[in-house]
Amino acid sequence: MSDSSRSFLDRLILALRAFIRTLGDKAFADGVARLARGELPGLAAPVAAEAKPSLREPPPDSALQLLALLQREGRLIDFLEENVTAYSDAEIGGAARVVHEGCHKVLHEYLRLEPARAEAEGARLTLAAGFDAATVRLTGNVVGQPPFTGTLMHRGWRVTEIKLPKLTEGHDVRVLAPAEVEL
Amino acid sequence: MSEARYAVGIDLGTTHCVMAAVDLTTSDRDDVVEGIEVIPQLTAPGSVEERSMLPSFLYLPHPDELRAEDRVLPWGEPQPFVVGELARAMGGRTPIRLVSSAKSWLCHPGVDRRAAILPVEAPEEVARVSPLQASTRYLEHLRAAWDDQHPDAPLADQDVVLTVPASFDPAARELTAEAAAAAGLSHLVLLEEPQAALYHWILAAQGEWRKQVRVGDIILVIDLGGGTADFSLIAVTERDGSLELVRVAVGDHILLGGDNMDLALAHAVRAKLAVQGTQIDPWQLQALTHGCRNAKETLLGDATVETVPVVVPSRGSKLIGGTLRTELTRAEVTQNLVEGFFPVVEAAARPASRARAALTKIGLPYAQDAAMTRHLAAFLGRQVGATRNLEGFEDELPDAATFLHPTAVLFNGGVFKAPPLLARTLEVLNGWLDAEDAPPVRLLEGADLDLAVARGAAYYGHVRRGRGVRIRGGTAKAYYVGVESAMPAVPGMEPPIEALCIAPFGMEEGTQAELPPQEVGLVVGEPVRFRFFGSSVRRTDHVGTVLEQWTPDEVEELEEIEATLPTEERQPGEVVPVRLHAAVTEVGTLRLEAVPRVGAETWKVEFDVRGEG
Repeated sequence: MSDSSRSFLDRLILALRAFIRTLGDKAFADGVARLARGELPGLAAPVAAEAKPSLREPPPDSALQLLALLQREGRLIDFLEENVTAYSDAEIGGAARVVHEGCHKVLHEYLRLEPARAEAEGARLTLAAGFDAATVRLTGNVVGQPPFTGTLMHRGWRVTEIKLPKLTEGHDVRVLAPAEVEL
Repeated sequence: MSEARYAVGIDLGTTHCVMAAVDLTTSDRDDVVEGIEVIPQLTAPGSVEERSMLPSFLYLPHPDELRAEDRVLPWGEPQPFVVGELARAMGGRTPIRLVSSAKSWLCHPGVDRRAAILPVEAPEEVARVSPLQASTRYLEHLRAAWDDQHPDAPLADQDVVLTVPASFDPAARELTAEAAAAAGLSHLVLLEEPQAALYHWILAAQGEWRKQVRVGDIILVIDLGGGTADFSLIAVTERDGSLELVRVAVGDHILLGGDNMDLALAHAVRAKLAVQGTQIDPWQLQALTHGCRNAKETLLGDATVETVPVVVPSRGSKLIGGTLRTELTRAEVTQNLVEGFFPVVEAAARPASRARAALTKIGLPYAQDAAMTRHLAAFLGRQVGATRNLEGFEDELPDAATFLHPTAVLFNGGVFKAPPLLARTLEVLNGWLDAEDAPPVRLLEGADLDLAVARGAAYYGHVRRGRGVRIRGGTAKAYYVGVESAMPAVPGMEPPIEALCIAPFGMEEGTQAELPPQEVGLVVGEPVRFRFFGSSVRRTDHVGTVLEQWTPDEVEELEEIEATLPTEERQPGEVVPVRLHAAVTEVGTLRLEAVPRVGAETWKVEFDVRGEG
């Protein structure tokens, strides 16, 4: 999150954390004192050294929204919630077509997907130093220094664009599919 | 002309509406800045998406059916109705509350177009709407969508070009203009859809179009939309050394389109399931129609595929157990669509028409013959003389020709996304031409079969400012009023009717016809009705021409027209001799007035859109 987009709530939490830590941590208190005097560069080093990577909880709305779309178009939840052991492969295959067609439509209507690597699977490729470890995962004999040379086992997927429907205020995203009652 | 920033083209379709715009301030003659406008709409309760098309459906929900907060659009207050994708989806489950094909109802002469009659099947408690109101709702949605995205350039201030089928009669055009006015579109012109498609072709060719046609060409535009088929003929002429386009003929109104084809396939598959002992309900039929549409697109788009599975999901949550599976084969698609809708026929073929039963249920007058090629043959056959009086075309057509020979063809409409249907139409057309020793037609490559009409319409708004070639042509019909002939009365026999021409063929926008020499009598204080006729082939009749007899193929009866003289300064019952004066407004509608012998006052003559009953 960039500093400019901190909400009031975020700032309140930050203020409370800073308050408690200023009381208990002398080094931190010195840093705050320098910050208060306007000595920003002096502050950056100690805080950066101490800040741990934090975990965040993504808001559930868009996850639920995507699930609702996959259910609406592709009946995904119906499919996953059924006990497939009771049916023959042919029966499951028929239903899988509904799921495949609908979910494929959702995937391509709301997301733009591309492989994380453009090379064909099975191709040899070389990763220079400084490659993005989030986009490429190394496996197997991971030793030594880059550049690394290896075989592309899976191209990966990456979303380049996402555009979900806008939701009206007060819309309950937890209802993935309403019950249907025919009169 | 107004100081509009944009020329906005609106394709108010039977099944979809599309909106496009040209930025007039940054466009010049050959460098046109244009694009499709997105239309935010509800796609599920509480969910708003931007789409390039607005399905032309209006759903009238039960008060308890949809929460107000789930009906909110990006602009303003939630409405008590739903328009667009969600309307279509809800209507699939509850058809009694769904208004569809409002455009076809708008030109249905059998019903009162201003009366709240839709949905026809709705129960008493549903507050129905008129075809006119439904059309207004779609336009209001488009206007709100535009205004939301262009807050500094409201649609009411822009030049709006609204498209209508070329086959729309004067009353339907007038109603369309009325709907636009009710939706607050004040700078409006109407444009025929096939012309809009040709304008789009000109736009897409980016100045190269002059190299693709030549003087003497006759371009056939075949526009096959979701619900209607529309034909036009446009001739390429020359004036002052540069190419000109003249629309010389338009076809009849044919309610036959892509939706009929999808439904035909679904019924074929349903029959196949029934043979296997599986009956399906209306909900499943809808899912089946959807599945057939996708399967059809696969089969017609890829010649190597022979069968495509079609599955109808169960309605309940048990997906695996309850799903019906069948398949659609290439043979079925060929038989039902290619042979059913585009059979190989002779040029002399004509659509079959059954006599209508005296008491028909209220419904749309769908084409009784599904064969598009027969309708096309009838059109070209009837218009064999369309270019006879056109300068430079007098000798183009051999005397023995039985139909007008087009030299180029432009396809439009989603149906032609399927290459086999396009190929079959070309094959049939070229077969007719070959039989009369004429060369085959050239295919004018158009793109964007779904969006071309709106984009072409927006481009026309640009062209109207003198920034490109215009298609001339004016009205595609001559109009007549029925007057009783001056024969001595024979007891028990209705006096024969003669048709008096009051508007000649080819009247341009913003022009007036002369006053006919003949007078008719209007009764003060009482509505007086006249029979009204149109002819799409009598090109040389002038104002005052009287036809004593005619064939139904030549002159068709339209809805009656009606005039009421106010009683002010006159005695009720007094008969005032008037002459009927026709003009084509700037908007593109036909206006009729009654002009008395003395005095400067005139009275408007209305099209009777209240239906036959």
